[in-house]
Amino acid sequence: MDTLFHMQTLLIIAAGAIATYLTRVGGYVFITRMKRIPPRAEAALNAVPAAVLTTLVAPAAVTGGLDVSLTMAVALLVGLRLSLLPVLAIGWVVVMVLRQVIG
Amino acid sequence: MTPATKDEIRDAFRRGSAVAIAAAPFAVLFGAVAIDNGLTIAEAALMSATLYAGASQLVGVELFDHNVAPWLVVLSIFAVNFRHVLYSAAIAAHIRHLTFWQKATSLFFLTDPQFAETERRADAGIRVSYIWSLVLGLSVYVPWLCLTVVGGLLGNLISDPKAIGIDVLLPIYFMGLVLGFRSRANWLPVVLASSAGSILALHFVGSPWHVSLGALAGILVAALMPLDGDEAAVGDVVEGEA
Repeated sequence: MDTLFHMQTLLIIAAGAIATYLTRVGGYVFITRMKRIPPRAEAALNAVPAAVLTTLVAPAAVTGGLDVSLTMAVALLVGLRLSLLPVLAIGWVVVMVLRQVIG
Repeated sequence: MTPATKDEIRDAFRRGSAVAIAAAPFAVLFGAVAIDNGLTIAEAALMSATLYAGASQLVGVELFDHNVAPWLVVLSIFAVNFRHVLYSAAIAAHIRHLTFWQKATSLFFLTDPQFAETERRADAGIRVSYIWSLVLGLSVYVPWLCLTVVGGLLGNLISDPKAIGIDVLLPIYFMGLVLGFRSRANWLPVVLASSAGSILALHFVGSPWHVSLGALAGILVAALMPLDGDEAAVGDVVEGEA
């Protein structure tokens, strides 16, 4: 590692930090000035986290190979019952076992 | 310092420490994944220090590795963190009594658990003080930052993440977050639309556009679904990232 920071990375982090802070104060500023959000806009905003995060899961589960697909299927089933940390632990064990078995 | 203030500090520290322990693996995971995706330890630490939002940090470093346009990385971070808008709107009534700078600083620490704890305290009829918010925030923030560096140091030792199975942790983590939102209105249609949209976009358009196109598909479905009455969208978003 020759440098501590890269210019472009630094700028992305700075912009990301500002964007993140704006989301944290934005709702307060907005709600203290406005009475009501249009229901369809609210429904759309409400869907944002699931919609964005799903795009990081589904393609990986489909294109990552049989070991990853099976692991994600198991994680989905246990994820309906258990919380995040046990699901991660189970998923990790499953993928390690599958890689021993499949190759 | 009055005994009441001491109690507040103790309560905030105790609750914050519990959150910090639960979030610890994710801080280490973030540090390791960041290094694996080409960031330096200093950059990973800076990201934890200034964004301080686990899911978006992981999304951000995931996109760094895909040679994604910088504006899209920032937009994705913004999109993942957009739920904070709902949080800060929801707790507005509880923190209105704080001064401008107290609000400006305590809102920096507004993560999912900070939101949940603030709501819980307000529900119990206890006034949310500045010192309580700050101690709660810092007792999660400081370990988060330190463990990012630890993860980064470990990440440098790991040459092949696939061999030790940490490559699946990220998609599993995100799936856990997605499942955490499943009590929300239109969750299943949104997830199905985003899944189909992102897989199709990955195939026909290519990375990184599958992220924004897939997300757009889910958001459009939510906006176009029939509205059922006055659902309190702000109140039911407590669950989510660790």
